[in-house]
Amino acid sequence: MSSIIRPISPHIGIYRKQITSVLSILHRLTGIALYAGTLLLVIFLAVVAYMPTDYEMLHDLIVSAAGRTLLFGWTFSFFFHLLNGIRHLFWDMGKGFTISAVNKTGWLVVVLSLLFTLASWVIAYHNTGVWLYE
Amino acid sequence: MSNEQNVRFRSKLGVVKGLGSAKSGVCHWWAQRVTAVAMIPLSLWFLSAVLTVFISPDVILVAKWLSSPVNALLLVLLLASAFYHAKLGLQVVIEDYVKYPYAKYSLLLANVFFCFACASLSIIAVLKLHFLDIAASAV
Repeated sequence: MSSIIRPISPHIGIYRKQITSVLSILHRLTGIALYAGTLLLVIFLAVVAYMPTDYEMLHDLIVSAAGRTLLFGWTFSFFFHLLNGIRHLFWDMGKGFTISAVNKTGWLVVVLSLLFTLASWVIAYHNTGVWLYE
Repeated sequence: MSNEQNVRFRSKLGVVKGLGSAKSGVCHWWAQRVTAVAMIPLSLWFLSAVLTVFISPDVILVAKWLSSPVNALLLVLLLASAFYHAKLGLQVVIEDYVKYPYAKYSLLLANVFFCFACASLSIIAVLKLHFLDIAASAV
């Protein structure tokens, strides 16, 4: 049975990109990015608790250009996954399932994610005096 | 639902075995939602902490902040929810995309070990700072 090669659906290779499918994939990708990002939080907390003398080195690494680029990506991932997650919770309650609602909330999530990401970096600049790139 | 209706919707094998739902089919789905709802306020609180405290170059300030009872409690709750949520989420990604049994089960195991190890390490770190501060203030 399993040796018969059956035709399979062409799937994403041929499918036209739509806000719904792109955001669905982005939800997974940002989830995976945040998963990887937890490692920095774990290292951060471990350094503060067990290796406080190395904190300065970690801080320099975090605020380096590479560190800030990663943090910017994680900030966007954070807001996107949070807002799109709230969208998912509304779907779980059976709300917002019409095509127009799904499209509208999708774009709303994108716009708000970008806006909140920028706002966070403005606050970070206000608190530290450093932009994403000096 | 009447028994006849139940039988009608079941496969013949299902009827013979007589096993219905084990009543835990939605456990994964539900736990993901519970941790998601918990993290709506917790993650926003965490972000504000990152932008005001964790961003600081002063380790004493960060350690002091972490040792406060409210901050330690909220951070432990966030870490527990986040790693539980992360474990559930990545599990589905692995199940969906990794076909080969050896790779699949190795990754599923690695996922659980990573999340439990990270959750334990980070929570113990927060508790250490919290209890150390209590010990210092008691002297």
